[in-house]
Amino acid sequence: MHQEGSNLQEDVMAPGRLDNLRTLEAESIHIIREVAAEFRNPVMLYSIGKDSSVLLHLAMKAFAPSRLPFPLMHVDTTWKFREMIAFRDETAKRIGADLIVHTNEDGIRQGIGPFSHGSSVHTHVMKTEALKQALDKYGFDAAFGGARRDEEKSRAKERVFSFRSKAHAWDPKNQRPELWNLYNGRIAKGESIRAFPLSNWTELDIWQYILLEGIPIVPLYYAKRRPVVRRDGMLIMVDDERMPIGPDDRVEELMVRFRTLGCYPLTGAIESDADTLPAIIREMLIARTSERSGRLIDHDDSASMEKKKREGYF
Amino acid sequence: MRNPDPTASDEAVREYILSQVNKDQLRFLTCGSVDDGKSTLIGRLLYDTKLIFEDQLAALERDSTRHGTVGDDIDLALLVDGLEAEREQGITIDVAYRFFATDRRKFIVADTPGHEQYTRNMATGASTADLAVLLVDARNGLMTQTRRHAFIASLLGIHHVVLAINKIDLVGYSQERFNQIEAEFRAFAQGFDFETLVAIPLSARYGDNVTAPGDNMPWYEGPTLLEHLETVEVGRDDDARPFRFPVQWVNRPNLDFRGFSGTIAGGRVSVGDEVVVAASGRTSTVKTILSQVGETQSASSGEAVTLVLNDEIDASRGDVIAAAAARPDVADQFAAHLIWMSEEPLLPGRSYLLKIGTRTVTASVTEIKHKINVNTFERAAAKTLELNEIAFANLALTVPVAFDPYEANRTTGSFILIDRLTNATVGAGMVWFALRRATNIHWQALEVDQAARAQSLGQTPAALWFTGLSGSGKSTVASLLEKKLHVRGRHTYTLDGDNVRHGLNRDLGFTDADRVENIRRVGEVARLFVDAGLLTLVSFISPFRSERAMARELFPDGRFIEVFVDTPIEECRRRDPKGLYRKADAGELRNFTGVDSPYEAPENPEIHIRTMGRDPEEIVDEIIAYLEANDLI
Repeated sequence: MHQEGSNLQEDVMAPGRLDNLRTLEAESIHIIREVAAEFRNPVMLYSIGKDSSVLLHLAMKAFAPSRLPFPLMHVDTTWKFREMIAFRDETAKRIGADLIVHTNEDGIRQGIGPFSHGSSVHTHVMKTEALKQALDKYGFDAAFGGARRDEEKSRAKERVFSFRSKAHAWDPKNQRPELWNLYNGRIAKGESIRAFPLSNWTELDIWQYILLEGIPIVPLYYAKRRPVVRRDGMLIMVDDERMPIGPDDRVEELMVRFRTLGCYPLTGAIESDADTLPAIIREMLIARTSERSGRLIDHDDSASMEKKKREGYF
Repeated sequence: MRNPDPTASDEAVREYILSQVNKDQLRFLTCGSVDDGKSTLIGRLLYDTKLIFEDQLAALERDSTRHGTVGDDIDLALLVDGLEAEREQGITIDVAYRFFATDRRKFIVADTPGHEQYTRNMATGASTADLAVLLVDARNGLMTQTRRHAFIASLLGIHHVVLAINKIDLVGYSQERFNQIEAEFRAFAQGFDFETLVAIPLSARYGDNVTAPGDNMPWYEGPTLLEHLETVEVGRDDDARPFRFPVQWVNRPNLDFRGFSGTIAGGRVSVGDEVVVAASGRTSTVKTILSQVGETQSASSGEAVTLVLNDEIDASRGDVIAAAAARPDVADQFAAHLIWMSEEPLLPGRSYLLKIGTRTVTASVTEIKHKINVNTFERAAAKTLELNEIAFANLALTVPVAFDPYEANRTTGSFILIDRLTNATVGAGMVWFALRRATNIHWQALEVDQAARAQSLGQTPAALWFTGLSGSGKSTVASLLEKKLHVRGRHTYTLDGDNVRHGLNRDLGFTDADRVENIRRVGEVARLFVDAGLLTLVSFISPFRSERAMARELFPDGRFIEVFVDTPIEECRRRDPKGLYRKADAGELRNFTGVDSPYEAPENPEIHIRTMGRDPEEIVDEIIAYLEANDLI
């Protein structure tokens, strides 16, 4: 497990106005505590990525020295990178959290997968539908997500406490006004709130915070020689034997890393030498490709995220 | 942002990153209508600060051909107008949050729409901002909406304002035009409490004075917008204010540890400080502070901490722990500015949920003192509030809460109102500072004041005096009326002749003198009940005009309603529910009204009910109609 960074906390808590990261950290902790205090049965969606790592770290801080007062839940499409799953299980064990893993068994029975059905059907059935199933199954009335407003345009207008109907749908035209730090967590039976404590963080904030706090992240973020195939202009890693290798495909061993993590067949790698945290941040600062462009699912349409969210996607 | 040298070593990058960590954060609001170029300005800031990544730009160029409005140029506004429907309409209708950073600061921008019908969105964006950028189109100068934006910013406690005089390119970069608009705005803004007010001439479209001065306005010597945003000092002396700490969550992992978790809402706290739980008045001292970076000796405003106290005092979510030497107000009534945010109008007297700090209680607006026209600032009387209207009002809460005036503390002085049925956030409020003192003075009087009791019951107390012959139907009507009032949530009490004669007036008979004393006593009792805030129903034969007049004089004008239940004596005699007429006619009862004692019918009763041929429901509805018409219910 990768973990680096320094403990510079003494220097950065000078009295006076809080700096940017501590301000963001305090705001996130406040939001996490509000959810824990106001909801009957909250859950933290744990996607294993760097934002989830930060979210989990903040939650641990929010309740220390107590344990997390809610479980973690991972919606497993069965197509995640193997290193993600290993990291997930290690993390849950390390922090002593309750971890729920949910997979859409209907999808499995129908043989839904990204190669056979394409990214859109796969994401809908194995992520969006699976998430709704899991929320209904356990009766969660609030679910934390790690989404940030800087990721994508429709997210920029989403509330920190984002109301979802009984059908888990988001209505961008009918959002509750959100003033000061007064979040409205009132819901009727069957309705729920998606809470986004990282709303005001940017990608740079996330990386700086990971460095500052020494937060462990999945090794896939660091460059390493990995077997990849070029497909639709993206570098797809051959993570297991389910990857179809056609006669024209060539498996190359390249020095690559991932800027975002998801299902391996849908997540493009970038060629990179950045094998340390500072190197990753340096690369990010001079990035020529924005974060989500590494995910195939956003390529269909620039308004696709809004559509997905209306249907219940995180 | 300046990028690190791509060949820099890890150590150099690490140092660069950590040097960046100390930069602070500025949250600001931009307001102006879409035509003023607001979205273009934000797009320009993002673009020029080079945080627009290459492929976002590529996507932007694709989108511009579909929705763009400026021909072949990149439409910077498309960077910030998020939702599909908004892009199609070409206007920003919600609050969007945008981010950019320089080496000195990280900026969080709340981008809000400018039209009057979006006052709630602007207020939402302003609630978390420390500075407002008000956009003006140089061609149009100050508009009604500019004044509105300045007013809302001021109302929400923003003390720093930038007047961005945009589209200066379209007035030939005219210094004269700039000076004229600036002077006009300064004169207007004198009434607001802005600590800094900077006017900047700029062109969002071409970039002049946004991040760089450009060559077109050599006459302008002030800062560019970005320079000003990077350097303006918005420290709100939070640390110097009294310590405030709304408890969010009680942290109790085991029997040996009991901490109170929350975010410091003002001031500073150190180990050893004496603190008080505001509502209970219980005091203790701070034993340990767990901050975001571990155990610490002191912590200040904005930090999320867990406090352990030296004594086992009772506190839970919703309590405010505060400096013992400078306590917040604790009260169940306050005056506040309200911004109404729902299509459903605000109704005084209706019960809403009020969330203040970490506390949620039920509350109602007891009185709208006036509403404020956001364009002219004129005050007007109002019975209800519509969407986007702003008012000054009194609120009553079901339990006392700790709070500060908004002007003293934006966190402990702000609240939201939530509809109890739909759970929607329907209003936002700011506890007003200037009325606080008045309220305190008011309060001492309130302890014995009928108005205060009535206000806390949310009703207008009055006596409804039913008079009429025995068997005329007074008790039937009064009883049904009381039930209907009760259903409407009114607090009532009925004084009935027979019942009172069994207790209070047990010593009285039916002589004329005793009848007078009977009515005198009942009149006094009714006055006490009305004083207590109740709608008091008195059901007594009360045959004499002078005693009824005496009772009337015990009450303020309009609070004594004489109800004449007019039933002919023949009908009463026929009904004779208690067999009294039969006894009187047989000579077994003396001084019976209508038989051998007179009944003086009222000459000008407020309500005259002729009962013949009517059912009690109908009669009661007539009384309710009267009460409604006279604002008694």
